[in-house]
Amino acid sequence: MLNDSFRFTPHITLEFKIGEKDFFIAGESASRVKKTLQQLGMKQEIIKRTAIIIYEAAMNVAIHANHGTLKVYIDPEVISIITEDKGPGIPDIELAMKEGYSTASHEVREMGFGAGMGLPNIKQCSDELDIDTKVGVGTTLKAKICLNNKV
Amino acid sequence: MTEYFHSVTLDFEKCKGCTNCIKKCPMEAIRVHDGKATIMQERCIDCGECIRCCPNHAKIAVTDTLDILSEYKYRIALPAPSFFGQFKELENADCVLHGLLSIGFDEVFEVALAAEIVGYLVHQYIKDSKIKRPIFSSACPAVLRLVQIKFPDLLEQIAPILTPMEVAARLAKEEAVKKTGIDYEDIGAFFISPCPAKVTEMRNPMTTKHSAVNGVIGVQLIYKDIIKYIIKEKTQKVSSTLQKATKLGMAWGYVTGESKNVDASTTLAVSGIHNVISLLEEIERGELKNVDFIELQACIGGCVGGPLNIHNLFVGRVRLRELIKKCGSRPSYYTDEELHRFYTQGHYVSTEPVQPKTIMHLDEDMSIAIMKMERLDKITNELPGLDCGACGSPSCRALAEDIIRGIAFETDCVIKLREKVKTLAEEILDLARIVPPVMADSSKKTGDK
Ligand SMILES: Nc1ncnc2c1ncn2[C@@H]1O[C@H](COP(=O)(O)OP(=O)(O)OP(=O)(O)O)[C@@H](O)[C@H]1O
Ligand code: SF4
Ligand code: SF4
Ligand SMILES: [Mg+2]
Repeated sequence: MLNDSFRFTPHITLEFKIGEKDFFIAGESASRVKKTLQQLGMKQEIIKRTAIIIYEAAMNVAIHANHGTLKVYIDPEVISIITEDKGPGIPDIELAMKEGYSTASHEVREMGFGAGMGLPNIKQCSDELDIDTKVGVGTTLKAKICLNNKV
Repeated sequence: MTEYFHSVTLDFEKCKGCTNCIKKCPMEAIRVHDGKATIMQERCIDCGECIRCCPNHAKIAVTDTLDILSEYKYRIALPAPSFFGQFKELENADCVLHGLLSIGFDEVFEVALAAEIVGYLVHQYIKDSKIKRPIFSSACPAVLRLVQIKFPDLLEQIAPILTPMEVAARLAKEEAVKKTGIDYEDIGAFFISPCPAKVTEMRNPMTTKHSAVNGVIGVQLIYKDIIKYIIKEKTQKVSSTLQKATKLGMAWGYVTGESKNVDASTTLAVSGIHNVISLLEEIERGELKNVDFIELQACIGGCVGGPLNIHNLFVGRVRLRELIKKCGSRPSYYTDEELHRFYTQGHYVSTEPVQPKTIMHLDEDMSIAIMKMERLDKITNELPGLDCGACGSPSCRALAEDIIRGIAFETDCVIKLREKVKTLAEEILDLARIVPPVMADSSKKTGDK
């Protein structure tokens, strides 16, 4: 008998590279994924949440880390958004998750970022959130949106 | 629902299948198959881009003709503000309005006048509403259809006010009932239109259940008759004044007119469907949250750039501006109290919020849709990526989608076809080289066993 986990689940993965200070890729990848989800017939609310997570997570890599990747995995049950970066890492995650907390430089703030709302927004939009970080090495963020409203 | 009606259609005879139009369409709605273009009905937003670019004049806008007037006892013309930009050296708007009366209308009602009301209502709405910024204008039906299909997230930011055309029709008919005592049903209101999207809007309204407009007549159908009348009038001089609109409403004929009238603290005016799309993409990503109001017009230059107008948009605009200057500042027809009453009584608010329209779905079933998407990506990667359009689809990605949807084949791509022919030719050559075992191969030395 085939185990559940062995059963074939149709899925697609979209991948994007995020360069240092690449402020465009976050918006571009969010638009690309949005179009894909629209074509798949996802609910508007799901599309919106996914786009926000992608935008904020990719922006964090571009702003706070050196470089990294964004992967979006889609199957009929779940959308996973994963960013992996090489960068300074987050010393205190609990603090970083607080609304308004930001270490963004003056320059970055001038550009309209650094309100300290990215991570709280990601948390609010995802059904599961997991941040794995090592100071001086990098950060991996995994956010999941469940499509059947079951976790 | 009944079969979807579109104003923009193909003149089959004239189409040469040149594929000029497929890349210009912002919705990727056109395909050329078997030497003729077809428009995918559910995708078209009637923006008229294809009408402008077809070198063979094979894309046309279906509008009503003057014949429709005979169906009504009392007929009111609703000239678009941009209409007045089509005439040379006008001293005032009156000779055009009288001209409309001379060709069979019993009454005229300037859409510019209704636009002033709409401008006021949108102004108040922005002031009083807490809704997310920016707020978008609702006046251009092609833009509304675009948002409905491509930017459903932004639908809630559209000002819920009826179009000036719709407001004009309602006001004009109500006034006519009072004035003549004729039944509402026997009164017809006809928009004189630079725009195919307004025809579609009248037949399939998005922001109201039933349109009060009874017909939409293309500018080109009556233009000559009005010109003739004006030439005659130059020597006779018109007596009564019919014009009620002020420069505020008249300026709705070109882009920026609307945002000036709406008069919010920060506004932006954008015209041209491709410009509108790139701006909305930015806004979708969270830009321009501090702008109060954005005027969006599908045609470059606004309605003076409408595909049914006679003159070049710059000519139309400069003429309209000249006319506005000549009209000077006259008092507004509606008093501030009247305008405010329209607002507080909730007049001309759209009763039907624009619904999202999903047409991009690959499949109803999510698992199948995902499998199709996988195949779609694979096919796209295998195509040459030249986006040449020779297959009849606007891009390689669009061809891949058409293949998935079963309306095209991989070999529609000329480069793929060439590759296939090459492999086939090589296989044939290989086959030809194989020598049947009973025949001697002269190239090999046969020795004794
Ligand atoms: N990928 C990352 N690498 C290193 N530090 C990060 C990363 N992501 C977030 N941080 C840290 O967490 C803080 C909070 O992040 P958050 O996204 O909530 O706010 P922000 O990016 O500073 O501002 P905003 O997202 O509102 O523009 C950041 O200021 C930064 O110190
Ligand atoms: S531009 Fe389009 S409609 Fe016009 S002839 Fe070419 S294919 Fe036909
Ligand atoms: S009117 Fe606009 S959307 Fe419709 S087919 Fe022509 S270019 Fe495309
Ligand atoms: Mg952030």
